[in-house]
Amino acid sequence: MTASTVPASPPAFQPALARRRLTGTLFYGACLTAIAVLLIALVMLLYDVLAKGLPWLDWDFLTGVPSRRPERAGILPAIVGSLEIAIIVAVTAFPIGIAAAIYLAEYAGDSRITRLLETNISNLAGVPSIIYGILGLALFVRVLGLGPTVLAGALTLSLLILPVVIIASIEAIKAVPQAQREGAYALGATRWQMVRGAVLPGAAPGIMTGIILAMARAIGEAAPLLLIGAFTFVTFMPNPFGGGYTVLPLQVFGWISRPQADFQGIAAATIIVMLVMIFFLNALALIIRARLSRNIQW
Amino acid sequence: MPAVVPEAPIQGSPADGGSAAGPTIRIATADRETPSVSSGSVIELHDLSCYYGEFRAVRNVDLTVEKQRITALIGPSGCGKSTLLRTVNRMNDLVPSFRIDGRIMLDQQDLYGKDVDPVEVRRRVGMVFQKPNPFPKSIWENVAFGAKINGYKGNLDELVERSLRRAALWDDVKDKLKQSGMALSGGQQQRLCIARTIAIEPEVILMDEPCSALDPRSTLQIEELMAELKKDYTIVIVTHNMQQAARASDTTIFMTMGDDRAGHVIEQGETVQIFTNPREQLTEDYVSGRFG
Repeated sequence: MTASTVPASPPAFQPALARRRLTGTLFYGACLTAIAVLLIALVMLLYDVLAKGLPWLDWDFLTGVPSRRPERAGILPAIVGSLEIAIIVAVTAFPIGIAAAIYLAEYAGDSRITRLLETNISNLAGVPSIIYGILGLALFVRVLGLGPTVLAGALTLSLLILPVVIIASIEAIKAVPQAQREGAYALGATRWQMVRGAVLPGAAPGIMTGIILAMARAIGEAAPLLLIGAFTFVTFMPNPFGGGYTVLPLQVFGWISRPQADFQGIAAATIIVMLVMIFFLNALALIIRARLSRNIQW
Repeated sequence: MPAVVPEAPIQGSPADGGSAAGPTIRIATADRETPSVSSGSVIELHDLSCYYGEFRAVRNVDLTVEKQRITALIGPSGCGKSTLLRTVNRMNDLVPSFRIDGRIMLDQQDLYGKDVDPVEVRRRVGMVFQKPNPFPKSIWENVAFGAKINGYKGNLDELVERSLRRAALWDDVKDKLKQSGMALSGGQQQRLCIARTIAIEPEVILMDEPCSALDPRSTLQIEELMAELKKDYTIVIVTHNMQQAARASDTTIFMTMGDDRAGHVIEQGETVQIFTNPREQLTEDYVSGRFG
């Protein structure tokens, strides 16, 4: 029956269905392996950190100050230092980064110079963070005379994450359909009213994504701060504009380089605190992002 | 013209206004052939040519658009209909290489005059686009946006309701004004775009194939809406759909492009005349479907 009703394939086609399906299955397997490798590495890392760190984690650890004796050490100065850095980075890098992105994407026009600028900013995102440390040391600590303060560190980290903020914002702005801009212009909007009313609401979720990534990076950086004079042992609450300070990753660095096993334990506990902080930060950003994209469907 | 009444016998008695009006009306009615609402022209294009860089997209167009009527622009793809339409509200100013020769007058004012701000032109000449493009905001915000940016001083809630009612959308959305404008159906989105356009009270509404992305039912709703809106607004619509031009418009302008690919106007006339008794062979070929 089948032979008589189904016409023979014309000779030009060689369906080789079995081989095509096999290729698909192999590719699926490769992708699955990739995600499995990633997950296994992550789980092992988390397990190691939790196993070492959890026994040390208690209220006294969170509210205490560092000590030469691990069982009495705490990380409050580092938590406060990290929060101060995060706030200053947020109020400097985000407005400047978003404004620069708006300029490049909406005002500058599509010239060769604009494209050159964008390419260079992308490259800046790949420059090792220690280089930004050298820049921060020369510019903020010495030339501007801020000294080895939280402010100098935060401004250095702002420079470090600006390229990430700018590039992500440009991508988000460019993803807003041209029809949105025309719709605003057709109602008699000036360029700024068009940007404010049509482009930014559409680009906001994408910009938020860039900000999440950038903030996580700023909070996790240790190398440039080490270079511009942050300490690894601070027993007082840092003043943002004067005196020494430390941050969570530097605290980890300081403890982990000691030979005693107990210091390894409190370093792991500090890592847990950092992870929780970044987790909450990202959760907050995701909620904001969801609210911003409530009205968008394109 | 009505002032010229040669046999007026009553110049000595100004109190007798009634009989003086008599001959004036008689002359006026005798003079006009079309009995429809008397209407002046609101837009006049004088010898208009449009260029994108070196390329001339539209050449030497002379035409008039009359007040409170629907004027349809028809013609094959690429004949410059949209270019012409987007020149009227200076939307093409956004294209860096664009320029024009000739003049476009809106109520006797040269829209490309030196002291004319394109932002102000676009408030006076509204535009509805091919694909509905509501903003990623609530329905209320979509309608109020144009009024806000133009410094509207009245009650925004009233304006939003009035505009949505005029766009025949109020009953569909009155309970969900806070919802996203983008969550509406295609036809509703297009009516929302019409509502936000009439919220800024333009003198003219340009529509660039407003139904090409809509199903037949929504298309019909938009056409009914246009017929309603022409009581207050002058409407110019670009359409690829000849039935739509025939159904919905009062005046039709047929454009085509020459060997140099520059669009130009072949014929302008009453829609009935264009579709039943065109003067030009090219028009007849197009409206009868033999070409284009």
